[in-house]
Amino acid sequence: MRRFAALYDAIDSTTSTNAKVAAMVAYFSDAPPGDAAWAVFFLTGRRLKRLVPYAAINDWTLAATGLDDWLLGECYAVVGDGAETAALVLDQVAVESQGDVPLTEWVEARILPLRGMDPGSQQARVSGWWAQLDRSQRFMLLKILTGELRVGVSQTLVVRALAQTANLPVTTVAARIMGDWAPTAEWFASLLSHEHTDEDRSRPYPFFLASPLEGPVASLGPREEWVVEFKWDGIRAQLVRRADNVHLWSRGEELITQRFPEIAAAATRLPDGTVLDGEVLAFRDNRPLLFSALQQRIGRQKQVAQMVRSVPVVFMTYDILEDAGIDIRGRPLDDRRRLLEERVPSPGVLRTSEIVTAATWDDLAALRSQSRTLGVEGLMLKRRSSAYGVGRKRADWWKWKIDPYTIDAVLIYAQPGSGKRASLLTDYTFGVWDNGELVPIAKAYSGLSNEEIAELDRWIRRHTRERFGPVRHVEPVHVFELGFEGIAASPRHRSGIAVRFPRMLRWRTDKKVEEADTLDHVRKILEGAR
Amino acid sequence: MPLLTETSSGLWCAAGGFHIDPWEPVERALITHAHGDHARAGSAAYLCAAQSAGLLRRRFGADARIEAIDYGRTVTLGSVQVSFHPAGHVLGSAQIRIESPDGIWVVAGDYKRAADPTCTPFEPVRCDTFVTESTFGLPIYRWDDTRTVIDDITSWWRGNADAGRTSVMFCYTIGKAQRLLAELARVTDRAIYVHGMMLGMIDAYRDAGVAMLPIKPVIEKTGRAKPSFAGELVLAPLSARGTPWMRRLGDVSDGFASGLMRVRGVRRQRGFDRGFVLSDHADWPALLQTVEDTGAPRVLTTHGHAEPLARYLSERGLQSGIIRTAWEGEPSGD
Repeated sequence: MRRFAALYDAIDSTTSTNAKVAAMVAYFSDAPPGDAAWAVFFLTGRRLKRLVPYAAINDWTLAATGLDDWLLGECYAVVGDGAETAALVLDQVAVESQGDVPLTEWVEARILPLRGMDPGSQQARVSGWWAQLDRSQRFMLLKILTGELRVGVSQTLVVRALAQTANLPVTTVAARIMGDWAPTAEWFASLLSHEHTDEDRSRPYPFFLASPLEGPVASLGPREEWVVEFKWDGIRAQLVRRADNVHLWSRGEELITQRFPEIAAAATRLPDGTVLDGEVLAFRDNRPLLFSALQQRIGRQKQVAQMVRSVPVVFMTYDILEDAGIDIRGRPLDDRRRLLEERVPSPGVLRTSEIVTAATWDDLAALRSQSRTLGVEGLMLKRRSSAYGVGRKRADWWKWKIDPYTIDAVLIYAQPGSGKRASLLTDYTFGVWDNGELVPIAKAYSGLSNEEIAELDRWIRRHTRERFGPVRHVEPVHVFELGFEGIAASPRHRSGIAVRFPRMLRWRTDKKVEEADTLDHVRKILEGAR
Repeated sequence: MPLLTETSSGLWCAAGGFHIDPWEPVERALITHAHGDHARAGSAAYLCAAQSAGLLRRRFGADARIEAIDYGRTVTLGSVQVSFHPAGHVLGSAQIRIESPDGIWVVAGDYKRAADPTCTPFEPVRCDTFVTESTFGLPIYRWDDTRTVIDDITSWWRGNADAGRTSVMFCYTIGKAQRLLAELARVTDRAIYVHGMMLGMIDAYRDAGVAMLPIKPVIEKTGRAKPSFAGELVLAPLSARGTPWMRRLGDVSDGFASGLMRVRGVRRQRGFDRGFVLSDHADWPALLQTVEDTGAPRVLTTHGHAEPLARYLSERGLQSGIIRTAWEGEPSGD
């Protein structure tokens, strides 16, 4: 693990993107493939779930250091990270130096077996390790145990480093890293392989993301250069039809085929070697239902058949990425769109997203203002000539959403509400990303249904990392779309920004925590509001 | 009535007729050390330790009335005996001991226990009431050996030099800059570039006989055709960060030398490439050790994490309390 800890230190000790990539390339070129596989796992923000509760690590830290609980709490308040707090106070525990144990062995032979052990044995092992590891490795271990090993590199950067290591196109590596995989030496070899592997057959392509339109729409140039569609309020997904199989992938890289059997069934009529991009929508009588209707389907793994009747869904497709087994993402959108309409002819469970024909930007603006009535979130503007890219490229695809201002933020603190909500944790603090850390951006109390409040309350109680009096610091897992009416600079807030009337628009169970917005993004909203 | 009381101007000793480190102009100010949150201009008369006088004079100008006494010498002020004792924080820094018939108080000011070639080492003074700083009064703060930190700094410097970059180390103008210049003299004899704002205080240290590396002002290099600082180490105050002054330094890697850098989040918030944990304050073990060394049954904490330190001490059977200061937030000397 020494080498991995050194990689972490190298990434952590520079603010230069190139230097971070170079450090990763050096590591991937040199590390044993099994270790490198785990490194990819952790660097891309994946976590070993349900290892040991954070409260246990807290207790073991107290036992190892002889500190009082309140004092460790004071320390946490300064450090803001449980693993780091523990690592800093554990500096008083002398290191009995020990030979280097590879990362693979650490994870597979030591850390994973903690699952299911009794707390006493867990504590004995973990405290024993603390005494054997130097400061950097101790910190790594704690980060792995607390499931919080984000290191200031995005998945995009990791992919870039891997592609550079193997001398492969970024898109190939990006596709291979999507979805489910087990971090093994074999997997790492196939990740960097120059041959087409079977594994690749189920994989979606990296999603191409639209950027929020922040300037005036007319700045995009002539209306004729743009394809306009509605912005659907559903779950973005890719439908992969290959080798007689169907896979439906959410943007969170989760396989959701089983939850939407009607989509899977309809997709079997697609020609083999077809990949479509689109939106899963709750849909009835030719119009979309509210997102909350769709949410009933997302959480549901059992009794799906019943739900198929009560909340019917469609796959509203707007792009085709692969046709006859050929990656056509590089072709102009116009061509892809023509092909899409040939492949998905009749409007059934699979249907193509309508092209909005309003002739001028002004007409479009008028249409957009009716978005709520139409059951959509606004308009999508895509350049006719655009390829289907990777990640978010600000140039060709824009989402022109309706007001209010919205951001996706992560639940970080919760505390009990007042009045009739006194016994429930209903006052939430949300954070956005700033250099790999979550900075509080808004507090919100309203917008969830009673059922959602109850569910979230139960979750918070099970996933509290730390308590400061009534305030609970929770694991950063849940992403919420927040809406707000106004925005202003505020030196009194740590983020430097105050928002007016923030509320929860919805619980984004389809979003991963790293997909939440950044402080920079919120600053841009602020600039736009001025 | 206690020997020292909190007033709107700072700590006041009625029996001796003086304030300690007042933040407003007063008749007579006793100064523990020359940092801005302890030494404020405008008082009618100052008393400080001998080696602090040169620094205070540079701060306050030639007209200020500054008296200085050697460490350990006693003077009588009003009805109390006052003496200054080394605090090991920066050049001339002192603990102020006040003896009255009712007991002995020691106001430590800022202090550290780690060795520092630029100032006289801390000496524990027995007392009844000890007023301690608590800038780093939490168990997360624990300093590495200075040599380890200096090695980290030199390898960072070397790495930058290999990559053709300039190393810019931000640090405080009184104390940290000189400590770096003195510590680095153990590993190199190369001249170090410094920002113009630091020249005066470095001169003051040299005047006091502190041995340090030779320096060159950054400004001297400008004017020539395309001066390059690649491979050099440049010391600069934080106020120079992000100013046009930085442009002439070319491709830089920046670091900050401070106890604050112990916490990763703090370093990341500030966006420094590297944080070097080098502090002129006592860490948690040194604070506890010092409290024990004074033998004081009563300890008052101030500056920084005063509440947790006071609570910790009271839970261990000492009488403790908190003294508020006008200076909350970041330690200016670190």
